[in-house]
Amino acid sequence: MNPTQTMAPAQTEVEQKYKVIGTRPIRHDGVDKVTGRAVYGADVQLPGMLHGKVLRSPHAHANIKSINTAKAEALYGVKAVMTAADFPDSGSRTANLGELGEVPLKPMCDNVMASDKAVYHGHAVAAVAATSPHIAEEALGLIEVEYEVLPPVMDVLKAMDEDSPLVHEDLYTDELGEKSAKPSNVASHTRHVKGDLSQGFAAADHVLEREYRCATVHQGYIEPHAATAMWNPDGYLTMWVTTQGAFTVRTSVHQILDIPVSKLKVIPTEIGGGFGGKIPVYGEPVAAVLSRKARRPVKVVMDRTEVFQATGPTSGSYVKLKMGVTNQGRITAAETMLAYEAGGYPGSIVALGGICMFAPYNIDNTTIDMYDVVVNKPKTAAYRAPGAPNSEFAVECMLDEFCERLGLDPMEIRLLNGAKEGDIQSHGIPHPRIGCIETTEAARDCEHYQTPLEGPNRGRGVASGYWVNAGLTSSVTARLNGDGTVTLQEGSTDIGGTRTSIAMQLAEVLGIPVEDVVPSVVDTDSVGYTEVTGGSRVTFATGWAAYNAGQAIKSQLIEQAADLWKVDKDQVSLADGVITTTNGDSRSMTIKELAADLSQKGIDVGSRETVTPQNHGGAYATHVVDVEVDPDTGKVTILRYTAVQDAGRAIHPSYVEGQMQGGVVQGIGWALNEEYFYNEDGLLMNSSFLDYRMPTSLDLPMIETIIVEVPNPGHPYGVRGVGEVPIVPPQAAISNAIARAVGVRLGDLPMSPQTVVKALSAKS
Amino acid sequence: MAAKVHVTATLNGEPVEFLCEPRQSLLEVLRDELKLTGSKEGCNNGNCGACSVILDGLLVDACIVLGAEIDGCTVETIEGLMGSDGLHPLQQTFLENAALQCGICTPGFIMAGKALLEKNPQASEGDIRHWCAGNLCRCTGYDKIVRAIMDAEPQLEVKK
Ligand code: FES
Ligand code: FES
Repeated sequence: MNPTQTMAPAQTEVEQKYKVIGTRPIRHDGVDKVTGRAVYGADVQLPGMLHGKVLRSPHAHANIKSINTAKAEALYGVKAVMTAADFPDSGSRTANLGELGEVPLKPMCDNVMASDKAVYHGHAVAAVAATSPHIAEEALGLIEVEYEVLPPVMDVLKAMDEDSPLVHEDLYTDELGEKSAKPSNVASHTRHVKGDLSQGFAAADHVLEREYRCATVHQGYIEPHAATAMWNPDGYLTMWVTTQGAFTVRTSVHQILDIPVSKLKVIPTEIGGGFGGKIPVYGEPVAAVLSRKARRPVKVVMDRTEVFQATGPTSGSYVKLKMGVTNQGRITAAETMLAYEAGGYPGSIVALGGICMFAPYNIDNTTIDMYDVVVNKPKTAAYRAPGAPNSEFAVECMLDEFCERLGLDPMEIRLLNGAKEGDIQSHGIPHPRIGCIETTEAARDCEHYQTPLEGPNRGRGVASGYWVNAGLTSSVTARLNGDGTVTLQEGSTDIGGTRTSIAMQLAEVLGIPVEDVVPSVVDTDSVGYTEVTGGSRVTFATGWAAYNAGQAIKSQLIEQAADLWKVDKDQVSLADGVITTTNGDSRSMTIKELAADLSQKGIDVGSRETVTPQNHGGAYATHVVDVEVDPDTGKVTILRYTAVQDAGRAIHPSYVEGQMQGGVVQGIGWALNEEYFYNEDGLLMNSSFLDYRMPTSLDLPMIETIIVEVPNPGHPYGVRGVGEVPIVPPQAAISNAIARAVGVRLGDLPMSPQTVVKALSAKS
Repeated sequence: MAAKVHVTATLNGEPVEFLCEPRQSLLEVLRDELKLTGSKEGCNNGNCGACSVILDGLLVDACIVLGAEIDGCTVETIEGLMGSDGLHPLQQTFLENAALQCGICTPGFIMAGKALLEKNPQASEGDIRHWCAGNLCRCTGYDKIVRAIMDAEPQLEVKK
């Protein structure tokens, strides 16, 4: 991470009254989005544009012996065909993927298009550009690929076996810093140790040891990936991409294609959901190469099957957990092993699973062993609080089991062990000011939790969750217009209303209505470097850049007014959109009046800001759910759901609620239905929305929300990221509710009807 | 390639004429031939509702209707919803309720909501949840969408 470039305000301003922050204005891009006018990835149309389609491996694991594209090239309407041979040699360079860290380039290139080996069903092997998508599809059928089919390895534990087939013959384990002697599917083993486990377990009155598993699930954004490229003969490449980070796409394409960033402009379109899955590149470099070869713009749009087969998903995982508690419920020790599937190439997000796992609790003795394991599934991508649901699910389920055994209230055990500012986390970093206790208390005291649940086969579950959040670099450019409004160019793509939540922070500084700020998301040539929309960081970090821009405009206006009035600038102040003297001569003018005057004189007022704030503060949530289990069918119905979460400061409360509700529902899908089904050959059997069952409106009640505000001292308005943590508690909350409803504890996700029925019959 | 088919229909209240390949879906025709990209493709097989349009008064997934099938029919899409007096009440209540995050599902939900409220102007929460089960939203958890549709009911009543 870069050193901070952020000026911390002298003191945090959270105690002040706000005019804009905390209100619920209509988003600036709203009308475009309810009228169908907003342009998303697949909506891009250019003169002479071709349509690209990708040929994908029908095997989970196979060497590619040869590819013959001659027949496809000869088809009428086909303008270009490409394979991985059209990419420059990737060598041993690396690429920086922000939240995902430094990644080596060869696997990234190979994931975009397989060079020597297909490592999952649906792995791209060739692509065609043609005058219509149908012709391109026909041409794919004419490409001849000779495969040598290899046995696939589909499960994380089997992949760790000594005698497992190898996904990559040249992958050696990074074993606690040492390279292993033999190749293996285990890419790395890392460990965090805190305190002394044997002492901790000796102090425990009760010890439990359990295994927990998560199936592979997908982010499930409704908009498939889409990229359009136009490669000009002068070497300049322009791309229109639906992405969480235009700069990340620029970096990735620059590295894969080995062209200078100065010749590459990425224009982010509107984005139809990402949840972490629209950070890596897939069709972007393919569209670029096809465009270069065809000398025409090329649009590559995935269909839903391709999205399921070849993008995302999150890690399937195995977690072994042993915890000890005293009779009073104090946790004395926790030992865990986390094994996460990385997919076809190394780089699961197991490290964040480890960091978050015990963060809601202050435990003196912990050991965490983390394994990153390759299998023949798509290369995993971040998914909302990546890594955290898999590991925290285990802790939250086990705590509930302790509660039941010891007769403790689930809220009380969480309060008893709850983490506070200064507590050392399991990876050695002390907690900053966090709202763990306040959030749990609000959940305990809420009307839902205080109202008894009655009826047969019904149960109430509780679980908490933590997500680390992120800071990272963000930029904005702000400029005052002659009418007193401010245009605000943002580098963060807007997936859920962040144009507005960022603009609100600038509006607050100047005391102007948020409607007088005109935000837009701009391309990589038009604003400073900005990391991905991810890590729940946009309202926090990009909002901070906007806050700084507001402050800069404010002091420029004060200076200009002082000049005009011939007074010292210390005798001028700006509040609520009005500039006044403070020396008693009561002169005043509105920002609008001054802006008109300055614009006539040709004086430019504005600012360019880049921040890399460090103190993003963690996010906590505690959820309460009531379920009813049908003992005959195993169907679990969500009767009532309340999510409680510390937002630090809710800039736009409706958007905070929306993040909480959306996260909860993704968690419910993960808990109850969602799952990749592979057959014994490693082929994905449910790559459609019909068979990969995400929650519909009919499956759900309203999702009640309670926003707790424990201001983050690391932000001028106290903001904490809110987007990710709500996906963490639902899985365990529902498992705990099922346990209380029908007396079976389920540690394998999803808890589908057949799983529930099986567990019930095993019990009886 | 089969010969193109000549189709005439009424689209958002106006006559429209186009040529399409027999294999092109209504969604492709709307998006690629008529350049109306407000209807979205989420799945192309009738499972997500992002392409919802109203065909002769019935809510359909445009991705599983052929373009050639709409000859002589009346089609309403999101682009036709805004009247001379501004946004349709559903468009307004979606904005006021923050019923969209990424917004990719929004045109489909608004068309679904319109079709429902034309049939059942006093749809209950349960009716709305049942009706909208053909439209997927991955961002909102549906809460604010359901509220937005309920909120539009009195406004549509007044408009009548
Ligand atoms: S695109 Fe038509 S239903 Fe999904
Ligand atoms: S708002 Fe994103 S899918 Fe509904």
